[in-house]
Amino acid sequence: MDFVNILNLTGGELIGAYTAAYILCALGLAMHFGFTGLLNFGQAAFAALGAYGYAVATLTFGWPWYSSVLFGLLCSAIFAVLLGIPTLRLRADYLAIVTIASAQALRFVFGVGEYREVTGGSNGLSQFGESFYSLNFLPDQRFEIGVLTYSSDEIFIRIVAWSLVIIAAVLLLMLTRSPWGRVLKGIREDEDAIRSLGKNVFAYKLQSLIIGGTFASLGGMVFVMTSQTNQPATWGTEFTFMVWTILLLGGAATILGPIIGGMIFFALLMFIQGILEGLVNLGLLPFLDVAQVGQIRFLLVGLALMFLVIFRPQGMFGNKRETQFNG
Amino acid sequence: MANSISVGAAAPGCKKVDPILVADNVTRQFGGLTAVDVAHLEIPRGLITALIGPNGAGKTTMFNLLTGFDEPNTGSWSFDGKNLAGVAPYKVARLGMIRTFQLTKALSLLTVIDNMRLGAQDQPGEGLLQSFLRPIWKKREAQISERAEGLLKRFKLDEKREDYAASLSGGQRKLLEMARALMGKPQLVMLDEPMAGVNPALTQSLLEHIRGLKNDGTTVLFVEHDMHMVRNISDWVIVMAEGKIVAEGPPAQVMKDQAVIDAYLGAHADTDLGTVAIKTLKTGK
Repeated sequence: MDFVNILNLTGGELIGAYTAAYILCALGLAMHFGFTGLLNFGQAAFAALGAYGYAVATLTFGWPWYSSVLFGLLCSAIFAVLLGIPTLRLRADYLAIVTIASAQALRFVFGVGEYREVTGGSNGLSQFGESFYSLNFLPDQRFEIGVLTYSSDEIFIRIVAWSLVIIAAVLLLMLTRSPWGRVLKGIREDEDAIRSLGKNVFAYKLQSLIIGGTFASLGGMVFVMTSQTNQPATWGTEFTFMVWTILLLGGAATILGPIIGGMIFFALLMFIQGILEGLVNLGLLPFLDVAQVGQIRFLLVGLALMFLVIFRPQGMFGNKRETQFNG
Repeated sequence: MANSISVGAAAPGCKKVDPILVADNVTRQFGGLTAVDVAHLEIPRGLITALIGPNGAGKTTMFNLLTGFDEPNTGSWSFDGKNLAGVAPYKVARLGMIRTFQLTKALSLLTVIDNMRLGAQDQPGEGLLQSFLRPIWKKREAQISERAEGLLKRFKLDEKREDYAASLSGGQRKLLEMARALMGKPQLVMLDEPMAGVNPALTQSLLEHIRGLKNDGTTVLFVEHDMHMVRNISDWVIVMAEGKIVAEGPPAQVMKDQAVIDAYLGAHADTDLGTVAIKTLKTGK
């Protein structure tokens, strides 16, 4: 078994652009769930709107990268408002139902053949990154990091992705440590109490939904920019639940949590895959073939997460006293 | 009987010399049940008014209606001359009418001091964009913290400053909720059963706090079951039963009112239950 290769691949996941994309979505969810108590099960929809907003603006309207980014963010903000107005006045669990349903609906709309001209139907869209990658200031050569080599563009997207993670984390830190963030935490605890103290709870919840959704949209853009392909199948419920897993792994009401949680999650997936593949190739796991390893690793991670939630419900970075599950 | 608070004799729905809250024809039905049916109600300004009545009399529903937490079927009411019907709860609070809850709503996973700070009004840092600019809200935050610490000291919670509200005892949570309501400098504070679950030692200091509010010029309206407290600190008592106001007046006078004794304590208040046949109790004769 080639341990050096496994460790290098695992290390590659730690700084991967997909990892950063999921972390951005998880930071948005930390804003929604960890700090405001909004049960949003449709984070994939916000990410999809960012991705499609960008791709459609570039391919259909022919806009440059910055207008496309703004258009993607605008789409997700409008979605947050449309979603929030009818549901944020209701109890928390209704938001969960509506977000999961509308995320699915949105995904099907994107995949429908009728709008193939714009959305690309079930094949999705591709090759929309020219304007973005033209910003690449790095020399056009291969970069070696350990045994892994990256192209200039691959390094560039990683720099952009992790810069966005840092910016989002700093914004989140500033917001949650301000009086504004204090009101959000109050709403998470008891929104009627906050109402009785003269705060417009609905407006705060809507602001939280928009900001967290915007983070997810940036995540969606990073996600599709990495490979320059955007397919509707990407934005299923499993995307949302991966984001939830990362958030709960790290700690819901923390900022470092989703970041480190995301890195560990993807590194762990890669590590388990490498080890299992090695064992299969050595013939030590006769009941598995290499193709099945990709599936079984999710099973093992799921098991690990179950134990985590049972024995450390506050996540890795959460305050024990602030355990989300016991209230 | 003449008094200095009402215009003319005290009677259910009587006019007050200087009312701060006036309600007319407020009704609330839950299905077939009429929970509140108040023809006219005035709360005197600057005094302590007790709202009493048996369980299910509609006291808390009335609180919810007046503060916008529930919507009535009919009715209108005004606070300090401003019409409040259909006004959102947070706006009611901003106008200076702040309530507490029967089931205490301490913000469990926030510290005691943060609970207090949330009660303050006019913190620009509570706006989304301003929250990024610390210099804008730093000064106000210091003022708020100072006021919060003063109130915590008064309510003997200053040692719990950095503890989560979840770690407080039931009585301390009541105190915290009351102190938090005062952060907003209300003109009218509405306390829903402030004494429920508070131990006798704390009760005394709580009574002092409520008297102190009156001395500061705050009007107090409270719901309470503890007759000792009602008799002790209230200037005016309003009695509700089955959604209606059945009596009101100064405490000494109201406590003697036969309608109140019947409504509140039951018609057999003075009878030894051992000597009354169950059948008689059931039929209410």
